[in-house]
Amino acid sequence: MTQLPGLLDTEAIRKDFPILDRVLHDGKKLVYLDNAATSQTPRQVLDVLNEYYEQHNANVHRGVHVLAEEATALYEGARDKVAAFINAPSRDEVVFTKNASESLNLVANMLGWADEPYKVDHETEIVITEMEHHSNIVPWQLLAQRTGAKLKWFGLTDDGRLDLTNIDEIITEKTKIVSFVLVSNILGTHNPVEAIVRRAQEVGALVCVDASQAAPHMPLDVQALQADFVAFTGHKMCGPTGIGVLWGRQELLEDLPPFLGGGEMIETVSMHSSTYAPAPHKFEAGTPPISQAVGLGAAIDYISAIGMDKILRHEQALTEYAVKRLQEVPDLRIIGPATAEDRAAAISFTLGDIHPHDVGQVLDEQGIAVRVGHHCARPVCLRYGIPATTRASFYLYSTPGEIDALVDGLEHVRNFFG
Amino acid sequence: MKLDSMYQDVILDHYKHPHGRGLREGDAEVHHVNPTCGDEITLRVKYDGTTIEDVSYEGQGCSISQASASVLNELLVGKDLSDATKVQETFLELMQSKGQIEPDDAMEELLEDAVAFAGVSKYPARVKCALLSWMAWKDATAKALAEEAKTA
Repeated sequence: MTQLPGLLDTEAIRKDFPILDRVLHDGKKLVYLDNAATSQTPRQVLDVLNEYYEQHNANVHRGVHVLAEEATALYEGARDKVAAFINAPSRDEVVFTKNASESLNLVANMLGWADEPYKVDHETEIVITEMEHHSNIVPWQLLAQRTGAKLKWFGLTDDGRLDLTNIDEIITEKTKIVSFVLVSNILGTHNPVEAIVRRAQEVGALVCVDASQAAPHMPLDVQALQADFVAFTGHKMCGPTGIGVLWGRQELLEDLPPFLGGGEMIETVSMHSSTYAPAPHKFEAGTPPISQAVGLGAAIDYISAIGMDKILRHEQALTEYAVKRLQEVPDLRIIGPATAEDRAAAISFTLGDIHPHDVGQVLDEQGIAVRVGHHCARPVCLRYGIPATTRASFYLYSTPGEIDALVDGLEHVRNFFG
Repeated sequence: MKLDSMYQDVILDHYKHPHGRGLREGDAEVHHVNPTCGDEITLRVKYDGTTIEDVSYEGQGCSISQASASVLNELLVGKDLSDATKVQETFLELMQSKGQIEPDDAMEELLEDAVAFAGVSKYPARVKCALLSWMAWKDATAKALAEEAKTA
């Protein structure tokens, strides 16, 4: 077996993930390389979820009985875990949502309904990038259409990085918000935060960072980022689906208006008007995803115990190996940075003229799960003149042997359609 | 290997050597996409009365979607609209069968090469690929008929 410096003890880790033992299609061992879409869930998280439902299930913040208090403590305890995980100055800056898409939509809608100085209107501008996931494009398009604000974006270089050469023309005095992805889900590019944040601060614009592909894979420190909002999702970091996070700076969460109204987010309600609970509850209308938040807390315990810096090193070693091995495959073109430098463990590629759907199907037949399509980032495909890509993405349990299996599988694909 | 039931030689042949590809003059044009995977097709129909004179198309997509368009062209051009509709409906039924329909002789005679797609119906993610051009043809035909009704 290939040994690379910096790898985790995957043999031990994989024992925590029962699903990785699955055998598909008459004896093919599952090779799960679709971690950028969703990660698998370790037994430790499954146990916590199970225990929550078997022992503590109740609605939060509204009962005086034992179960309600336990459920509330577990839910709020998960908030503490998230706050510590991202080094948030205060636990009240952590808003639970259902996913990163909702987190980003929440920011767009806070600004959409805000008064000065946050107000987005026809005289202001919104800045995104061409490598965003649709969830960080469409909410801003909607906001721009509704307010008359102008939507601008950074383009991409041929090697899959942000083109910041015209940063002073893109981010201007009119810019109200700059929202961009920390690590691209399709290109794997790890973007330079400092340059963008510095320029945004110069002109007084807010900064929102989509950390969906970063939070699971590397240490994330919202204070070091110097952003105003950071969004990510639980199911890509060993947690369950249905739970996302929006971190926002305290004074912004205090100043900005709520978006969804309902139970839980209020202080008092009369038939004429209402006053709102302080953040984060102001942004959590209705019964929240309780067990999902608790599950996310358990996932954070799990990956933190392994160590985010170690997970990052593991994935860097895998990425370096994968980039090298994939380039040995004839007709394979990596879409995104062609080296492991400033890139994460999601690697998109095309294979000659073979459509990614066909690539994915033939790989699946060998037990290899990859993602094919435009990865909810169609503008990237348009930019590089391709209909779609095949993407392999790794996580803490991925091994060099799985990369070898992928490379062999691609050879089989070439023969099949050759 | 199970895959062979999806990627029949007939399908791979049509994929590698498509029939009637390219856009030619037509009475109506439609553009259909499969948003989950980015398959696209632009398709034109040309009618001579109720006879299909031509179905021309241009697109990009996987082998299944491209081969399906080629089969459609081969099967439908020259047919009367009512016969073509029967073929389209039968193909739709086969593709929506989740692998439950074993084509009989009558179906094989009607669908010819299109019967090779029976295996695709077992793969829910790929059924849309196979149906893309057929839905586009149906749509283009409706458009052409509506145009004709307007001018008549």
